[in-house]
Amino acid sequence: MEHKELNLLTESLGLHSNNNLYGRFVLVEDTVDTSAAFVLHHILKRTFSSHPSSSVIFLALSNPFSHYDRILRKIGCNLAAQRDNNRLFFIDLLMLQFPDEGKSNHNGFAAVFEKIERVIKALPQDNMKFVTIMIDDISFLEVAANGSSNDVLDFLHYCYTLTSEYGCAFVALNHRDIYLNEEKPDIILEMEHLADILVKAEPLATGLAKDVHGQLMVLHKQHGISPVKIHNFHFKVKENSIECFYPGTKI
Amino acid sequence: MADSIFRSLRDGALEGELAPTLTIKDSIASPFSIHIFSHILLQLSSHFAAQKSHNTGIVIVAISRSPSFYADLLKNKGLELASSSKWIHVLDCYTDPLGWKDKTRKSGNVNVPSEQIPLDATSYKSVKDMDKLFLAITDLGRGLVGENKSRFCVAIDSLSELLRHSSLQSVAGLLSNLRSHDQISSIFGLVHSDLHEERAAATLEYMSSMVASVEPDHHSSENFLSEKNFTQGKFNARLKRRNGRVRVLCEKFKVEAGGISFASVSAEDVTTVAGLLPKVQFNLQLSEKEQIDRAKVVLPFEHQGNGSPIQIYDGRKSLEESSSEGAPLSRGGKKEDSTLGEIIYFRDSDDEMPDSDEDPDDDLDI
Repeated sequence: MEHKELNLLTESLGLHSNNNLYGRFVLVEDTVDTSAAFVLHHILKRTFSSHPSSSVIFLALSNPFSHYDRILRKIGCNLAAQRDNNRLFFIDLLMLQFPDEGKSNHNGFAAVFEKIERVIKALPQDNMKFVTIMIDDISFLEVAANGSSNDVLDFLHYCYTLTSEYGCAFVALNHRDIYLNEEKPDIILEMEHLADILVKAEPLATGLAKDVHGQLMVLHKQHGISPVKIHNFHFKVKENSIECFYPGTKI
Repeated sequence: MADSIFRSLRDGALEGELAPTLTIKDSIASPFSIHIFSHILLQLSSHFAAQKSHNTGIVIVAISRSPSFYADLLKNKGLELASSSKWIHVLDCYTDPLGWKDKTRKSGNVNVPSEQIPLDATSYKSVKDMDKLFLAITDLGRGLVGENKSRFCVAIDSLSELLRHSSLQSVAGLLSNLRSHDQISSIFGLVHSDLHEERAAATLEYMSSMVASVEPDHHSSENFLSEKNFTQGKFNARLKRRNGRVRVLCEKFKVEAGGISFASVSAEDVTTVAGLLPKVQFNLQLSEKEQIDRAKVVLPFEHQGNGSPIQIYDGRKSLEESSSEGAPLSRGGKKEDSTLGEIIYFRDSDDEMPDSDEDPDDDLDI
């Protein structure tokens, strides 16, 4: 039962049969009230189990390795072992900060991008297709770039090009409410336009509830020429799993 | 709709006129402009592919989509890519817009996986420089159609990206240079209008002879449904003619697996109305006989008067009546007047006010 319910997220993302995220950009948006970090953890776990030669390049800006290691261990995935097997490339960017002198942001981001590309190129040719690039989270990139959203978008575009060049999956987390009330909500909209799949986590529209922690919307935008598809469901974060269900179906 | 837009893009401008320009606008609520863009691109390319003479071509400025996206698009349509190099060329501003990859490739001797794109593509590495971009586009076009009088069409897949990389002035400059270039027959481009200030969108609209905007279909925007496909939307187009006449078109479109189809709004509405009607149990329409009968019915008060003004008592004396009241004196006492009943009333005392507002029962002690 549990397993089937979990599949709602898996299914809506298109992870269930084969990992369909390859070649796409998944943007996960959350709010202060409802964190969507669990979506990243879920994708991370699925990625390692989906294909024997799959690998993940993780750009950590918000938490150290031990944090992810602990969480993933609870849901049944040993990150330390994956790292030792060269399947997880953990790039620690916690202290990332570019000098505040105008142009130099560019070189900084180019260097980070170069690091990612070097990892991909070092992989055997067959494994290149099964790389997932994950960023947690974009807002810290902006902090590192001294608030220059244009540079962040350039960086994201470059990461996005990897999805078509090598067929990688690109997953990034961002916070929605930090851009509220801004005159030009450029960066979040710009990213939404860029994304192929948009996952939005929001608090329950009807208020707080004990059994429902929030609602998720998974929006499949065009991939090639196809209709826009939308999934809506509720979720509950449990100690070592997530429960996803359609509104009103939980007893 | 799409036909008239397509025709003017295909035919291009008359000599000595600015090239017709189409701007396709969309927003995050209805991200279908790439569908429209691809639709037009496919129509144009199948037209050019069918032409024997090969004196026309398309230059795609790929900024937000990879060249392989366009290769797949053409392949899925069944166009032959082997001969495509004669009439289509991609200027690849997508893969390495700022030259980052170039730098790493120069510094380290890493093997570059040669991406197999069946389309001809030229990479371009400095998106921020609009003058260079203009030269690159025109050079490509000239390489495609030759130096002579033949012309080519330019497709820019994201003006929004250009606006992000560069100022509005320089993007407008690029567009106006492209429009006035004699070898360019037509231009079409995409813009996400919600990303820009209004003035940027307005500038682009001024510079284009046709503006198409994609809007969400409000019927299908119920917010919370567990699963839904968004396939429809409204397509509004504004076509400016040479003499300044403006034609506004409104259509609906539907995205299907095979592509996109257009339908006129009225036809759509008739079918939805027809689809709704059988659900009503009552007959809401009148037959012809019923309509005639209904017209014959005499409404209350209509039968009164017979030509003279109809008087409806509203509780007051009308002006007319009061003037005739004063008349009897002068008429010298007609007989009929004396037969009329009369009420003679004397007030008991002066302290009884006529029609006093006092409650007559206020002295009751209940």
